[in-house]
Amino acid sequence: MNLVLVLPLLIPLSTAILSLFWWKSPVGRRAIGVGGTFLLLLNGLWLFATVWRDGIQVSAIGNWPAPFGIILVADLFSAIMVVIAGLKGFAVAIYSLATIDRGRESFGYYALLNFLLLGVCGAFLTGDLFNLYVWFEVLLMASFVLLALGGERPQMEGAIKYVTLNLIASALFLAAVGLLYGVAGTLNMADLAQKLPEAHAAESVTMIAMLFLVAFGIKAGIFPLFFWLPASYHTPPVAVTAIFAALLTKVGVYALIRVFTLIFVQEVSYTHTVILVLGGITMVTGVLGAIAQNEVRRLLSFHIISQIGYMIMGLGFFTPLAIAGAIYYVIHNILAKTNLFLISGIMHVLYGTYELKKLGGLYKQTPLLAALFLISAFSLAGVPPLSGFFGKLILAQAGFDREHYAIVGVALAVGLLTMFSMTKIWLEAFWKEPPQPPSESGKARLFGPGATRYLLLSPIALVALLTLVLGVWAEAALAVSLRAAEQLMNPAEYIRAVLGKTS
Amino acid sequence: MELLLAIVIGGLYAAGLYMMMRRSILKLVLGLALLSHAANLLIFTMGGLSRAEPPILATAADATAVADPLPQALILTAIVIGFGVLVFALVLVHRVVQTVGADDLDKMKATDT
Repeated sequence: MNLVLVLPLLIPLSTAILSLFWWKSPVGRRAIGVGGTFLLLLNGLWLFATVWRDGIQVSAIGNWPAPFGIILVADLFSAIMVVIAGLKGFAVAIYSLATIDRGRESFGYYALLNFLLLGVCGAFLTGDLFNLYVWFEVLLMASFVLLALGGERPQMEGAIKYVTLNLIASALFLAAVGLLYGVAGTLNMADLAQKLPEAHAAESVTMIAMLFLVAFGIKAGIFPLFFWLPASYHTPPVAVTAIFAALLTKVGVYALIRVFTLIFVQEVSYTHTVILVLGGITMVTGVLGAIAQNEVRRLLSFHIISQIGYMIMGLGFFTPLAIAGAIYYVIHNILAKTNLFLISGIMHVLYGTYELKKLGGLYKQTPLLAALFLISAFSLAGVPPLSGFFGKLILAQAGFDREHYAIVGVALAVGLLTMFSMTKIWLEAFWKEPPQPPSESGKARLFGPGATRYLLLSPIALVALLTLVLGVWAEAALAVSLRAAEQLMNPAEYIRAVLGKTS
Repeated sequence: MELLLAIVIGGLYAAGLYMMMRRSILKLVLGLALLSHAANLLIFTMGGLSRAEPPILATAADATAVADPLPQALILTAIVIGFGVLVFALVLVHRVVQTVGADDLDKMKATDT
């Protein structure tokens, strides 16, 4: 039993259960909920340090040896994702203290947040495909309830679409797992990587690979499977949207990168070309959808889709540099995108609306918020020296190496359109004269005495600072991503760690 | 036997997808249930159908002549998860019908973009 690997599951689980015990105490459930996410962040950093120093960590649950029992594995990519999950969980939990109403809190908001983190960390750490399915269900179940909690009409309508399409994805995933078991006779990922080349069933493996692409593609929100996302993400409170935007689609991207670097690498020229083309179309449709929107959260929801395209494109190039670019892009995007959602929440606090037409004058009201918005928005659009620029630079470099000039051109044009739609938010929400003055209660919450302003602004400031650090110290961040990508592209080390020795 | 099960699985998928494309959200949930049953049956069939002995090594003479227990374990897990999800979906449908006042997907377009 390797404690550093098991704790990312135990901490959110016990936090969630404890906050169920303190169901009736507002202070207790808040303290436990936020404390648990902070412990998860510390634990993620510990895990990252351990993996960086000692290589891939493996733990066999119940001491059943590798291909038979369930195992937890953390390579560098998993460890990075766990750190990010802890960080975003912590930032959003603090932000929730100021924005989630009593009603939602008393129906177990903090417990659900931790159940969600449990599912996400489990998906990042498992080394078994069926176990991955189970973790997907855990995080889906928590996200269903978080989405529907509150029971307003838009939430209900969004939840129906979200629940249906995600359950279809799960059914497809389960079917693909069953087919793969029929072909290979194992579901351990390392064992699959070893046995599939010997199975001599290239056609059926490619067919199964495409089934996995559809199943994970629905969860990641790639073209043409993303329609549940803009229909549901803008309905719950903004803290919930922020944690969804940060983690849920990225779990899909993580699963795609994991299976298409470890397991389905027999017919790269076919499978990864499909991924590349889908990535290109995803970028374009996402950003075009965003341009057509006039509501901040809907606009940002479409940008999630567009940014997923970049990560998928990195996977499609399939070189170590491109995978490193995709990993860097995932980190950058989680930081920048969540921050934009949290900032849109402050717009709502002040003006009681997300409609761009009814917003205005935010620059005059809070210059600090404007500065934080500019950091995140420019980073998303890819302005140097912020993190988005380096993400796009690495991906473009990798594309030129593989001589995919057309798609790199598309990616850069999409960056320009992203810039355009960020400018739109800036002009409408920050610069123009507001059609209505901000509400007095909102001003009292944001500028008055009391802790609310710190709870609202400190997570945004923390994450914006990290975006800056990621951009200014891009070399160090790229070195980490490159090492993670090397591990992914040379699965021999992963296979040896899982099947060779298990503690 | 495989052929029969393949037809049954195909029928379940077809029926499930047909139900999901109806306008009533209750039928949509029933379609989801059929879809998860189809996936379970698919795992069962792909695990290999054989008339082998139960996989209890103390009684089986030869360790290679026993049935593979893993597909059953997978299906059991999937059934439990599917049951939980189905119950949640039913409660959600109930709440949606209460809030929207109709069991009709065409009346739920307010959040579409």
